Formats: sequence, structure tokens, C-alpha cells
Amino acid sequence: MPMTITEKILALHAGVEKVSPGDLIKAKVDMALANDITAPIAIEVFNDIGTGDVFDRGKIALVADHFVPNKDIQSAQQVKLMRDFARQQGIKNYFEGGESGIEHVILPEKGLVLPGQLIVGADSHTCTYGALGAFSTGVGSTDLGVVMATGEIWLKVPPTIRIEYDGSLQAGVRGKDLILYAIGLLGVEGALYCALEFTGEVIKGLPMSQRFTMANMAVEAGAKSGIIEPDKITLAYVAERSSSKPLILKGDPYAVYEKTMKITVDEIEPQVAFPSSPANVRPISEAGDVPLDQVFIGSCTNGWLEDLRDAAGILKGRTIAPGLRLIIIPGSPWIYRKAIQEGIIETFLDAGAVIGPPCCGPCLGGHMGILAEGERALSTTNRNFIGRMGHPKSEVYLSNPLVAAASAILGKIGGPDEL
Amino acid sequence: MKFQGKVWKFGNDIDTDLIIPARYLNISDGSELAKNCFIDVRPDFAASVSSGDILLAGRNFGCGSSREHAPLAIREAGISVIIAKSFARIFYRNAFNIGLPLLESEEAVEGLSEGEEATIDLATGEIESIGSGKTFSAHPIPDFMRELIKVGGLVEYTKKVKWSEKKP
Repeated sequence: MPMTITEKILALHAGVEKVSPGDLIKAKVDMALANDITAPIAIEVFNDIGTGDVFDRGKIALVADHFVPNKDIQSAQQVKLMRDFARQQGIKNYFEGGESGIEHVILPEKGLVLPGQLIVGADSHTCTYGALGAFSTGVGSTDLGVVMATGEIWLKVPPTIRIEYDGSLQAGVRGKDLILYAIGLLGVEGALYCALEFTGEVIKGLPMSQRFTMANMAVEAGAKSGIIEPDKITLAYVAERSSSKPLILKGDPYAVYEKTMKITVDEIEPQVAFPSSPANVRPISEAGDVPLDQVFIGSCTNGWLEDLRDAAGILKGRTIAPGLRLIIIPGSPWIYRKAIQEGIIETFLDAGAVIGPPCCGPCLGGHMGILAEGERALSTTNRNFIGRMGHPKSEVYLSNPLVAAASAILGKIGGPDEL
Repeated sequence: MKFQGKVWKFGNDIDTDLIIPARYLNISDGSELAKNCFIDVRPDFAASVSSGDILLAGRNFGCGSSREHAPLAIREAGISVIIAKSFARIFYRNAFNIGLPLLESEEAVEGLSEGEEATIDLATGEIESIGSGKTFSAHPIPDFMRELIKVGGLVEYTKKVKWSEKKP
């Protein structure tokens, strides 16, 4: 029986010939990831199980990215716990300070996640690595603690929803818009428990940064994972970052999908998700008049170098609207350095932006740009539920980096063509 | 396993930021988290829940983040079981992993009201309103999830069953 790429990866890691949607499997994990807010509970669980050593110190990554540089005493204690554990266990993939950035940016950057792998992470946006043609999913801290002890996880094989994107993209339309558009169609529950597979000529033409953006937001439609079959672009990206031979798996022709959606992109405009759901999506031309207090450009969704280049292209030679705060956070130290070298950071500073150290920042309401009551922000992040970025009576809108940059100049939501 | 308690009713798409806002994620202690459960939407909730109470919700309960702090806060606040029309998948795993049972039942959510007393039989999936005597049924919990609840969560399950062979 033919299998989808997701089913193939799962079957391989479960050590069986074949799996079907609904099967409960026990699978071996290639990489297990946690961050400073999810690791403490995972470590407690690991210690409770009592195996002593982690299953494989080369297959665990611990990243300080959410509440760092240490936000307050309690956050500092959490990071210390994670650091001490990493040292005690000899986990070399421990990242903090000048070596750290957003987990879902630095892991691919360092070649730590590869095509064909099975990756679990104590963070809902672990689905990001599906862009490399891996099976990658978010789990909780207890799951992660058990994986650290045993190297295995129980999983239910998901059915796959296939989304085919064809046609030609309009100028200024990015992977962010393609995924927002799909979530608008599916709803926050439309892909519940499914693997979302992105395919079609348009996807094949996207650079890795935009593929990561799309896979990153699969969870916002309720999906277990997102995936894009590896191709020349994937292999070129991986070859620059890892000497390992990647495992290239592809879905069989005639594999069975739960549903196939065909999207023709020619008419798709940049999309904006309105409060308070990532599925509350409308095209920029229908955004109306929305004055803004803050714009944030960054996050695991759109903190890539290409995103910063996009924003800089709009902001160059311009300044942001009076009274508006623009916060920009590069996704990793490498991206930050490249942005400096390319003059991008100077463009941002000249425009009036605040630049933050590579971390999650205000995305989840942590720090570095929290909203007061009644304030409105537009951000390139992935979620805008009530209270996501601060006061429960603040509002968050989501967009791609071009729209975010243009909106910072306009002082209200708008696209580059309104400048 | 049987539970009895007061019903607390919520709507659709209740996300993890509502259940426990990010500003509390530098805490791992259960009772501290419990105090701040639903703090931005129902500030009275944490102080008023009695041990054994039942949380009722619409579709896609627990959507959003993977934060295990979410089901932990709910369990520590005193809720014994959550009945919803559907659950987000990471929340579903996390709840069972920490020994908090979940039931899916459209009719129970439609039929029960805020504040009424109800009983739940986890083994049969039967839910009964004490006031009206009406009964509803939930989808049976999968065997593996039932095992997890029986032993008290994934950690206990892992320790007991030791389903992974040690390397030679």
C-alpha cells in the first residue's frame, strides 16, 4: 500500500514496513528539543524516571530563547536549571547568550535537524522543521522528559491533508500569506490531528525561509505537523550546514490523503489576521483603517534573514510614524551579524526601530515589547489570541514582514503600495 | 473511576494563553499556577473551584501553545475532568500524560449548564446531571489513554511498563 511522506518517516522510525492513519506506534527520536520555559518540568520528569543518563547526549537540544536574556529572577532560575542539567549530562547542544537565538531558527541553521528525521520538541512550533522534509511535532514537557530518558515516543499516525499551491505569486506575497490564507480557509481546528503537506509549483519555488514560515504555522490550523517534500532547494540548504547524508523520502504516487485542497495563488493578496485568532484572515485591501501603537518584526515565523531584507527594502530612507514603536529581533546571532554586514541594521536604526537580541521577545507576551490596555500591534508572529502580547484588552494583528514594515511607516495597517 | 462536582462552562477555541498567560510560565509549581488559572478571563475561577469540579467547553479546547502548565493549572485548581466537544492535540496528550482525564461529548456540553452538579463515570463514559437526571454519553477513551489515567500519568506508566529496552 502506498504511503505519504509522513507515513514513510513514521514507519521507518517505528521499525515497521507500513503504517496507516490511526495506528498507535512507538517511534525512535532523532532529536528532542526543549527551551527555558518547558525544560524545567521535562528535567523534573526525567529525574523522576531515574535512568540517570539521557538516552543519547547528541540527540538533545536545550535552547534558552523564551525569557532571555534572563527576564527576572524566576526566569534566571529556570535557565540555570537547564544549564546545570546540560552540563551534568554532557549535552553539547545547549545554547544561551551569544550562541543562542530562537530555537526553531538556530536548529536548522546549525544543521541539527535534517530531512527524513523524526523530531519532537517541547514547543508547539517544533512543526517548523517539517519544511526540511522531516516529521516534526510539538509535545509537552512530560513527553519530552520521557523521550530524554528512553529515546522513544508513542504517537498516533496522522492522516495527511494535502494543500497544492499553483499559479503565479503577486509581488509582495510571501509564504506567510500563503499559510495565513490556508488557515483562514481551514479554521483553527480544520487540520486537527492531521499532517499538513504543502505541495505544488509555487512551493517548489519558495526559498527555505518561506518554507519554514509555512510549516511553522501548521499548528495554528490544529495540525500535528507540517511537511514539504525535500527538493534541490532543501538539499542545497542542508549541504551548507551539515556533512551528514540526508535521508530523502517522498510520498508514493496514489498515497491516500484525508483531503486535497487546491489553491491558485494568482489572486492572493498579502493577508492580515485580525484579532483574536490566526484564522480571522482577510486580504490587505479589506483591512480598513487600523491605527497602530507597535509593530514587531521577528519570531520563529518571520525572523529569518530574508524577512529582515524584505523589511529593510521598505524602511530604507524612511522613518516610522510618530508615536509608533517598531521592534525588530533577528532570529539568530548569525542572522544579526549578516544584517549588520548588509547595512540592514543601520537602515532599521535610521528608521527609528529598536533592535532586540535574538530571542522570542514579545511574541508570547514575555518581554521586549509588551502591550498596555487598549494598544494595538501588528506583528510577523504566529498567534494573536486574547492577551497574547500583553494586556487582555490589547490587540494583535498578524502579517508578513513587508506589510509590517509599511505599516510602521504609515502608522496604521497598510501595504507597501500605499507608501 | 467516578467523579462528581460543579460544572464550569467555557466556549469554543479556549487557548492556552487564556488558561495560563505567558507571564506565569517562569513558574513550575502547581499550586502557584492554579492561582492564576484563567486569570484574565474569569478572575473568580481559581478561588472558587472546589476539588472534583468539572470543566465543560466547546470545540478545540486547549489550542495554541504546548505549555504543560495549562492542564497542570487546571488540575491543580481542583478540576477532576474536562468534557469538551473537541480538544487540541498537544493539550490532549499533555492532560492524559499528567493524569487529567478528558472526555469528548457534544451532547453533554450542549445539555449541561454552568453551576449544575453532575457525575461522571470514566469507565462507561456516562455523564449525569444530578438536578435534572438527564444522562449523556461521551466517546470512549482509547485503551492507552485509559491506562495512563489508571496508573497516574505517563511517568508512572514509563516506570512501570519500562517499554524501552536499555542499550547493551
